[in-house]
This record gives sequence, structure tokens and C-alpha cells, in this order.
Amino acid sequence: MSASQVAQGRLVTPFYSRQRELDTLNRWHEWKGYTVADAFYCAELEYFAIRNATAVFDLTPMTKYRIRGVDATAYLDRLMTRDMYGLAVGRVAYAVWCNDAGQVLDDGTVFRLGEHDYRLCSQERHFDWLCASAAGFDVEVVHETAEIAALAVQGPTSFSTLERMGLGDVRSLKPFDLMSVDYAGTPIVVSRTGFTGDLGYEVWLPPILAEAFWDDLFTAGAPVGIRAIGGDALELARIEAGYLVAGVDFLPADEIVRPGRGRSPLELGLEWLVDFGKPHFNGRRALAEEWRTGPRRRFVRLDVDGNKPARDAYIYARPGGGKQVGFVTSAAWSPVCKRSIALGTVDARYGKPGDTLWVEIYYNQEMRWRRKMARASVVEGPFWDPPRRRTTPPVPY
Amino acid sequence: MTERFDVVIVGGGHNGLVAAAELAKAGKAVVVLEAKSQIGGACTTREFADGFNVSAAAHLVYQLQPHVEKRLSPKPRYAARALDTVVLGGDGQRVRYGSTSIAGVDDADRGAYARYAKRMRRFSRVLWRWLNRVPPRLLSGRGTDTRQLLRMALELRLLGKSEMREFLRLIGGNIYDHVDEQFSNELLKGGLCLDAVLGTHAGPRSPNTIVAALHRLGGAGGTYALPAGGMGSVAAGLMMTARAEGADIRTDSPVRSIRVDNGRVVGVETADGARIDSYVVLSSVDPKQTVRSLVGERHFETGFLRRIGHLRAAGNAAKLHLALDGLPDSEGPGHEELGQRLLIAPGPDAVERAFNPAKYGRCSEAPVMEILIPSIHDETAAPAGQHVLSAVAQYAPYELEGGWDDESKRQFFETCLDTLEVYLPGIRARILEGELLTPVDLANEFRMSGGHWHHGELALDQFLFTRPVPGAAQYRAPLDGLYFCGAGSHPGGGVSGAPGYNAARALLNREADR
Amino acid sequence: MKRYDALVLGAGHNGLTTAAFLARAGLRVLCLEKNDYIGGAAVSRNLYKDWIYSNCSYVCSLLRPEIFRALELERHGLQITPFGGSLTFMENGDYFGSYHDPAVAYREMVRHSRRDADAYVRYRADTRRQCRLIRDFLLTTPPDPTSFRAADLRALKAIGGKLAELDEMQMYDTLRFWTSSVADFLSEYFETDVIKAALSGSGIIGTALGVYSPGTAYVLLHHYMGDIDGNVGAWGYARGGMGAVSNALAGAFRAAGGELRTEAGVSQILVKKGKVSGVVLDNDEEIEADVVVSAMDVKRTFLDCMQASDLPGSFRHRIEHFKIRGSSGKLNIALDGLPEFPALPKGSPLYHADMHFIDSLSRMERAYDDWKDGAWSADPYIDMVIPTMTDPTMAPPGKHFMSCFVQYCPHKLQGRDWTQPEREAFAQTVIDQIARYSPNFKDLILHVEIRTPEDIEAEIGITEGNIFHGELTLDQLLFNRPVPGFSQYRAPVSGLYLCGSSTHPGGGVMAAPGANAAREILRDLKRPNPVPPSYEDD
Repeated sequence: MSASQVAQGRLVTPFYSRQRELDTLNRWHEWKGYTVADAFYCAELEYFAIRNATAVFDLTPMTKYRIRGVDATAYLDRLMTRDMYGLAVGRVAYAVWCNDAGQVLDDGTVFRLGEHDYRLCSQERHFDWLCASAAGFDVEVVHETAEIAALAVQGPTSFSTLERMGLGDVRSLKPFDLMSVDYAGTPIVVSRTGFTGDLGYEVWLPPILAEAFWDDLFTAGAPVGIRAIGGDALELARIEAGYLVAGVDFLPADEIVRPGRGRSPLELGLEWLVDFGKPHFNGRRALAEEWRTGPRRRFVRLDVDGNKPARDAYIYARPGGGKQVGFVTSAAWSPVCKRSIALGTVDARYGKPGDTLWVEIYYNQEMRWRRKMARASVVEGPFWDPPRRRTTPPVPY
Repeated sequence: MTERFDVVIVGGGHNGLVAAAELAKAGKAVVVLEAKSQIGGACTTREFADGFNVSAAAHLVYQLQPHVEKRLSPKPRYAARALDTVVLGGDGQRVRYGSTSIAGVDDADRGAYARYAKRMRRFSRVLWRWLNRVPPRLLSGRGTDTRQLLRMALELRLLGKSEMREFLRLIGGNIYDHVDEQFSNELLKGGLCLDAVLGTHAGPRSPNTIVAALHRLGGAGGTYALPAGGMGSVAAGLMMTARAEGADIRTDSPVRSIRVDNGRVVGVETADGARIDSYVVLSSVDPKQTVRSLVGERHFETGFLRRIGHLRAAGNAAKLHLALDGLPDSEGPGHEELGQRLLIAPGPDAVERAFNPAKYGRCSEAPVMEILIPSIHDETAAPAGQHVLSAVAQYAPYELEGGWDDESKRQFFETCLDTLEVYLPGIRARILEGELLTPVDLANEFRMSGGHWHHGELALDQFLFTRPVPGAAQYRAPLDGLYFCGAGSHPGGGVSGAPGYNAARALLNREADR
Repeated sequence: MKRYDALVLGAGHNGLTTAAFLARAGLRVLCLEKNDYIGGAAVSRNLYKDWIYSNCSYVCSLLRPEIFRALELERHGLQITPFGGSLTFMENGDYFGSYHDPAVAYREMVRHSRRDADAYVRYRADTRRQCRLIRDFLLTTPPDPTSFRAADLRALKAIGGKLAELDEMQMYDTLRFWTSSVADFLSEYFETDVIKAALSGSGIIGTALGVYSPGTAYVLLHHYMGDIDGNVGAWGYARGGMGAVSNALAGAFRAAGGELRTEAGVSQILVKKGKVSGVVLDNDEEIEADVVVSAMDVKRTFLDCMQASDLPGSFRHRIEHFKIRGSSGKLNIALDGLPEFPALPKGSPLYHADMHFIDSLSRMERAYDDWKDGAWSADPYIDMVIPTMTDPTMAPPGKHFMSCFVQYCPHKLQGRDWTQPEREAFAQTVIDQIARYSPNFKDLILHVEIRTPEDIEAEIGITEGNIFHGELTLDQLLFNRPVPGFSQYRAPVSGLYLCGSSTHPGGGVMAAPGANAAREILRDLKRPNPVPPSYEDD
């Protein structure tokens, strides 16, 4: 009798059947073992659903953990660099966590579902680290990626879409609020969070309800321009919002082989997430020392001259090149800002907001590679940050 | 009203006391808190049967460092010094060796032993120079560390080219091959193998056992001394020395917890709820217990906890104590020989075979032993005409399959007695009373995790720069104000005083740096 | 009598590598092989009908690509093909497999332990870091740490520089890695016995150590250092069997003008006035040369083929006590068809895998305890591959060749020679072990070749049949290999060199010892040096 064999090939999410129906391109990629769409019909048009109407993105493959127990808050406070005692029930926090050396293991969002009940949502998997960290705390860490189907519903009309669905009091949800609402007799969670830098929500529900929810959502959103989007459109929106992605803009510390490849939160522009007022958390000793001596690198958002995306570009301090001071980790042409934008890492001596740097762009022009040194100014904050992201209640459509 | 001290030392074992003396001498207000009513930790004497006193854990002095012993006042009194080692054969054969002498072997082995002993002592001296200092950090970029590393390299190079090569070859090696290539006598080889693996979770074939053998030679260079009044008198001497320096030493003062506030150590709380404030706490308790039970895991970072969790510290040595109404029959070893350090180690393979079951959580069927009859030299040990036998019996794993209970304990006790009867015929008939302390008993009684007398396996992966765990090898734990000063830290267990002494130096040096 | 610039003793892969490089440097080189076939332990033997057996070494990934390229082995017929995965059968009827697809591999680990699956990321990074440290030094002569010569100091500095790339904690972890047992090392990552057992095999293959013996974590690395097309740790087959490696090296050697003689065993290395002068063959023929390079293990070279008076006493003493222990045997089996493994679903990609039948560390260790007692393991660790799943050239269509590497198997049984019934009983132990997981296996067996360490020694010449020409323990690695003070390929007799696996970096079909020796010889002869440096491991 043969023992059970694990599923071969890619898994599908509970929304796959509906996405398959909408798909016109058959362009899929793998994300944490699941098959997800690059795009369904046209990445650029999908992108504009985010900025103009309602975009629906399947984020089921995101890694999700449930953390419960009387010490859950204390546990998370020791785990994360930011203060977790200040996170109220019904609120969500963006957070990073580090190893003892103060190098970032990952970033993610923490949902406080109850007094002693949290959900942690991240790009990478950290069950080993989360379990090791639980020593001495009365907490239970449960992996629940497959138990929770999740959709991001993003864009200026996303509020109206959800309200038309009759999903509770979405109107009162402020950014980083979450609430439990009743859907088909089952409580599901809606949070005003997202990865697009725009007005938007994320919905967390049992997989059994996934298809029905999708259908209701699309029915409700039809009058306000709802569209399913793939990974390509989301990637563009998140660069505009200036968000980091693990494995792209930094490498999780436990995957790193070579010296100097890890990043501290201070080197990723996340010093606002490090609370030195807390007496103890993972990485505190190393980060305090780094704070004292100064970080070695700096995270920069670059507004690049010209119309060519600065993908994988080296960054220089001078137009003539010379010493390379950093490199671009993410880059795109921003359709809403009508400019070439990039995220990158530079030597800490360079790249203060307002500074000018130079990026070396290679692009293919009819079978010929061209090299261009483009001026880039370091900007503070996201490239795209509309007021509607914060306005509560959001404007209805 | 809480008391305040400059330094609180948790645990009044020999290392805690040595550290206390050093720090008090440097002008610190020091208090030592010992849980039991008797000072000394595993360096202690107790009456296990009416009128019979025995060193309850450690039972010989051989590693006490000269610079530690020199400070002692009063000086320790020894009932016997320079004990030789006698390896007992089942057939009445015996091999006797001391630091330079040897008897009972052929000429080839005699010559080989002289060379072997000389080289091992020479290597041990180099090693102990390193062991008697706070280990440098590696790649720290600090000049002091680099200078110390260069000094270590130089000390090695001063052995001469060929001896340095030999040192580097041997340091990771196993004792089995090392003695096998030099000697032919099985008892001699067996004895030397047992010397290397006593107190460890290793068999003679395990790599790393040569370094353990060298470790053991530090101090007396391979001879053994029996303190008058047992090991407790050594502890008493250490206590008097520390008191004379001004240290406050308290017994019956178990520490419930080491208090942490705002990310640093602020003192301790005793079992009766009293608080003692101090910004520096030295723990001579083993690192696992210090971190997990005394401080609490939540006050440490995850990576460090993971390392502490992987610290190997499961003991294999049981302690056997017998009250005898006389010495065993004369057909065995004579009176003078019985007064030496006796080993049951019939050969390297026998020692290795004794180790095999320990790997799977079972006791040796033919245990190997280190045996003393202190009463031959020390009349305080037993009523007149009667005797005490104290033995370290291996292997009896801490994590016994199915756990230790009365039955499993009785079984191993019987196994030990059967073995003894073979090598010391007639001994069974002499037994008035007896007790066996398993590693679990030792763990409970002396409060050491795993009942391991080194508080952590003595092997190259937990040695020098990486003892007890990387990042804490300089005695400072990654928690402000907390220091390790017990056998779990560099350079390991045995009654050497070195960890306590080095820890005190580390603390004083650090303050001097500031 | 013909005179040569250099004689290479032994036409195994290292001897041929040295020979090829020396010939390419313009030397007149003769390579002498005692058997009537070349290859030493890297051979393809036709021992049963149309089957080709890789009857000693059986997989190939350690072969340095630098050497492959420098000697143009592809032009001489060598093709290395990766194969898939690894599989461990469990006593409870389950199995643990490793799949090529990372997502599936992850899922399989999760099936056994989610925590282990996530810890694997850290494990992979940490072992790769250790690989990076050592790989640069594979094609480097180890420096003498006691020496103040410029070359040694430079080499020491290079090692120091490489170590200095680590951060402080990584440095400590490196020290621990080199001194830990594979069991302890794996326990720092994994909690599941079968996962630890599956990963621990590489820590003991070819050694006389158990998984609980300190030092075996390094051996793990020794097996991970290889790569195929940049996939670190991947394993592959030489198309046509391992003899393809030797044949390609021989092809390169001959193409450079080298001469190869088989059935020419050496009985004596001649020394005149402290200098090597040539060799005497088994048939008493004498051949002169200024340079003699031995690819044989050090015991055969110095104890069997040289007069004691020609060597310094202390050196000879160290060689006598050089640890080279027979600890593994082999079964080579011709199969009438593919065995079925009911634990595996039909069509599972794991049929291509390297298969194992021990699912816990304590079983691994018990197998070692048997060896210590001078017996073969009653519950042996078997590294079983079916190369014909990948390579169609080694058996008739539909038929298969199976290679079973067996650990542990002693050189002598309680100190005495093997008898034929004991050899058969050993084989039966192995076959029974496999048959427990494959009911139709026994019926498919057409022919079995049994290889105890004694057999390997008798045929190939390696002392005790030790696949690494000497234990890979700290006291015999790097500057200690083969013995301290003689790690730089030069014997204590002028003109005599070593190029076999007894030298740094040790055994496995790596060819690095052969290349390093050639580099040192040509340096002494002040000849242009065609031996390639290590690829930068960036």
C-alpha cells in the first residue's frame, strides 16, 4: 500500500475557478507553491483598476499564522521591533522582525483579532523561528495559510463595492482598522489594509465561502468597474507606494549565505518601526549598537530622469560613474506619476532626501543595447499617496 | 528594605566561591547565595550512612589551578597526594601509572608511556595557558582580541615546528587511536581511554577525546590528591578565603529568580521572597538553568535561546557510594594499591562498548569506573576499621529510556556491584550500606542540568570561543549585568576554579575598560 | 631501457589527472596500472552479459569543473547527467523523499514536520556558507601553519581573508561545524528523525565514524561540495558508468602524448642517494625517471613499495598509523526489470532517486556499532541507485543496473579474512533489507557482484578498500593530510610525489588531489603550469 504522496506541481487557491473563467491570457506564475496569475487580460489596464476603480487580487498564498494565548502580546512585543502593546484590538500594524544580529527576517502585518488573538501575515515562512521564539511564553502558533482565503479589494471604488455587498459597517473603517462582519452567516474579517498605497481593503474568510464571496463581490462591484488583477499590476502599484518585498528589496536574514547581504530595519528606511523605548526585543542589542555607530546602508526611493525604468541598475554618486554606491532593487515606469521610479540601497553616506544620484540604465533599442546615465533625485515618502487612502468615510460612488 | 550589593553570585559551588574571593579582593561588595545548607555545590562532603562520609560528587583534586590554590587561606590539607592510577584487570593483572612512572607493563610500553606522558603534559600546559584566560573574541576587530589570538598562536609555535604539528593533528583526534598506536597493554590503553572520557558523553573512539584528556591534565599533570575531610573541606577553604576578603556568603538561600527590569539585570529574588539588588549577577548555575529557570527565556533573544537549547549537557556519570565493614579480600589488590585511584577499564574496546548503550539511552552492561577508598588515607571518612568506597560509574545516561525510577536505579546499582566484585573480589560481602546517585539524582541534588559535571559537554564544539555558546564565551550573557561563572563556561568543569576566576577577571577587566 | 621524465603509479582518476597535466606541460610521462583495465575505482566493468557496472564509485558530482574544462573531457567522451532526488523508506511504511521542484520538496517536508520544512531554509544557507569557505581551497595546496615561508604565509593569509568575510557569530558556527557530529549539527535545525536520518547519510559515507561521532558534520560538506552546472550539492551520473571519467582522462593524457601501460604493477620505488630514481615492476622490469608520482594510497606507497631505510623513521611511523579503514562495501546487481516499491505511488518521480532504508539516527549509529565490533551492519545503511533509470547505455533495454553502496562493512571480520559464505551472508543482509521495501526485487536479480573492503583492496589496491584513501577526520584533513608536514604533495624523498586521495582535499571522484599534485610538481620543475586555478566562488 503506497503512503500518501504530496500534491505534485502547483496548488490552486479557492478562487482559482473564478479566476480561470476571467482569464484570457493563460499567464500564470508560482507563488509559494500556488499558481497565480501574472495578468488576466492586460497588466496595464488591470493596474488602472487599482488607481481608478476596484481591483481584486488573490492573496491566499500569503503566509498566515495565528498566534493565541495569554502571552500573545508579550510574545509579539519581544518578536517585533515595534511596540506591540499599543496595538488595540481591531487594529492592524505593519511590523518587521529581526534575528539577534538585528538583520531583518521579514516584514508583515499583525492583525489583533482579540485580546489574546493575533494573525501574522508575511511573504516568507517562519514557523521554525516563531516556534523557537515562543519559548517562555504561553502562546500557541498555528500555521493557517490554507485555512484562510484572502482577497485584496483595492482602489477608489473599493469602498462602494464592499458597501454594495452589504458588508457591515465598512464606512467607519479607518486605515489599519479591522472588523469582523457576518457573511452568509459566518464571521469573516475585513481590514482596511493593502499593498497598493490606495484606498483599499483586505478580506479574510474560510475557503469554503471563497467562490460565493467572489461572485457576490463581482456582482456588487460591476457598476463601479471591478476587475480581477494579477501580480504584474500589483507589483507596479506597490513600487509607487514604496513598499518593500522580501526576496526583492531585501533578503530574509536566515536565507543569506554571503557576508553583508542582510539588512537591518535602519538600512531599509524602517527606523520608525524600531522602538528603542522598549527594553527588550529580538535584535535590540545589535540595532542599538548600529544606531550608535550609524547604519552602513540607506534605503532610497528614486525619481529618475527620462522614461526608461531603471531595472537592476547600479547607482553612482557622479554622472561619470566611478565608484558604485548602490543598486536598484525595484523599478518601474509609474503610469500615475508619469515618471520613472525606483527603490534601491545605497551606501549610507549617500542618498539623503533631496540628494542627486545617478543610475546606469541599460535598455534594448531595436536589437541594440544602449547605456544611459540618468539623474535620479532621492525623494522622501511614497511616490503615490492620494488623500483618499486615508479619508474616512471614503467617498462613495 | 532590600539589600544592595555590587555583585550577587548565584550558587556557592567552588567556582562561585573563587569568583567571590576575586571580586571581594578587588573591593566589590559581594554576596554568594547558596541554596543548600552546605557550601560547595558538587564539591562537598556528606554523611551517607552512619559515620560514613563521602565526597558526594567530585572526589579528587587534580585540576585545581595553582593560581587559585595559591590564594587559598587556609591552604587545603590533603590526606594523600600524588595518588597513582591503578587499572585493575579481572584476572588479577594490574597496571599502575602516575604522571611519570609506570609499572606492570613491558619495556616497550614503559618507554612509550614516558614519551606519551611527557608530550601530553606539554600539550596540556599550552592548552591551559589558554584556558586560564578569558577567551578572545574572533573577528571582533578589536586590537586586544587580535593580540590575544596572536599570543595563542605564538604559544603554540613555541612548542617547536614538529610538536606544533603534532598538537594540531591531535587536538581534534580520539584517544582510542592515539593510545592504540603507542601501547600494547590493554589495561594501560583502557585506563588512558577512561581518563579521557570520564564525565563526558563520549567513547574513546569519539573524536574530541584527546582534548578532554588534555583538559584533565591541567593542574596536577595527571596525579591526584585526596583532600582530608573530603571535597567539602576544599569548599570550606574557598569559603573562608572569600569571607576573609570580605564576601558575604549565605547558605540556605535559594534564588528563585534573577530579576530583570528595563532590559537589564537588577538583582535577585530569593525563595522566601526577599529581594537583593545588584546590577551585576554572576551565575555559577549551569547556563541552561540560568537562562530558562532563573532569568526566564523571554528576556533573551530567540537566536541565543536556540543556542542554549542546543547546548549539549546530558550527563552519563553515576556516583556510587559504599559503606564497607572492611577492605575487600587480599586475593585482590593489596592495601597500598587500594589506596590509589583505581580504574575499571579492561581495554579501549571495553570502554567503547560500555559507551554504546548510552547513545540509545541505556546503561552500560559492563560499566567502567573510577574508584577511591578515601578511608585508607582519611580516618574521618569512616568509623575505625571500616571503609568508604566512592566511585564514578559510567555509563548511566541522564535521559534513560523509560526514565529513571527505583527499579532502573536498583538494576544499575546491582550491575555496578557485580562489576566491582569481579575486580575487587569479596567486596560484596563487605557492604554495609550503599547508594547510587544517577545523573538525575545529581541534577536534582546539585542543581545541574542533565547532571553533567561539566555543566555542558566538554568537546571541541563547546570549547574556548564557543563555550557555553557563541556570543557568551567571555562570561557575559547577552543580557546586561548577567555573567556566567560556572563549569558551563570556559574552560569547563572539574574542580579547577578557572571558570570562576576568569569570570571575575572578565568583569573586572570590563569595568577597567570603561 | 626507456627513460621518462615522470612515472605516475596508478591509473585511477587522480593518477590520470596528474599524468594528463604533466604530459600537457611537455613531460614524457608513463602511467603504470597494475590491473588489465584502467580507472582504479572509477570504472565501468562488463561483468555480466551486456550490463555495465560502475562497480566502485557510482555517482559523480565532485569532479571539479575547472579540471573538466582544462582537460577538455567533453572531447574525450565524458558526459555528466544529473539525477533526481533522494528517498528514505521508513519502517512504518511511509517514506521521506526529496523532489526537484522546490514547492513539492517543501510540501513533502511539511508532511513530516512544518517546522523542519521552514528550518531547511536556514540549514541550506548555513551549509552553503560552509561550502563556499572550503570550495576555494579544493584546488589549492594546503599551507603549512608552522612555516614562515612566503608561499605558506600567503596561503594562510588567503584562508584568513576568506574567514574574515564571515561575521563573528558565523565564525563561531564555522568552528562548531568543523567539530560537531552530523547528528548534533542536524539537530540544531530539525526535529524529525527521518529527515535527520536522510540528511545524515552524507556525513558518514566512506568513513569509519558514526553519525554521533564529532567531525562528521564536515564529511557532510565533503559530499555537498560538488555541483553540477552550478547546482551545489547536486549529484549526477557519468554516462556509460564511472569508467567514462577515467577513459576521458586517459584520452586527454594520451592526446597530450602520454603513455599508459596496464598490467604493470609496481613492486618497488627506487631511491638512490636520497633521490628517487625509478621503479621496479612486478615482473622485475626497471624503469627510470627523475620524478615518480604515486596515486596509490600512502600505506601502499610507503610501506609496500619502499624500503624502510629510504624513509625517515618518524614519517614512516606516521604513515603506519595513518587511519585508512575499510568501512563500506558494495553490491552491484543486474536486474531483469525495475523493482517495485509499493510504498511509492506508481509513476512517482522518486523512482529516479537515490534510495535509503534507514529512518533514524539511532539506527544509523547502531549500524556503526556493528562495524566497531568487526561485523557488517545487521541493519545496514544502503545508498542505492539505479543509474539505468537515467542512463540507457548501461543495461539492455528494459533491464537495469543497481548499485548498492553499503555501510558499514569491515575490512576483516573480527580481525580475520572473509569466507565465501560470509560474503554471501553479507550480500543477503543487503538484499533482504531492500526486499523488505520491494517484494519483487529478489525475483528480478540476475547477477550480483559482492564487494567487501577486502575485495576492493585486493582488486583496486586501496588499503582496506577505503574509498577516501584515508579517514576524513580533522587529524587527517587539510595541512594534516596525509600527515603533518607533508601535506604539499611532496614525499620526504626528492623527486617522489603523491597525487592520490590520501592527499588534500581527499577522496571522492574530484580529481583535485591529482591536479594539485601536478601543479606542485611542475612548480618544482619550473615548468609552465597548465593546472587551472579554482573558479572564483562568487
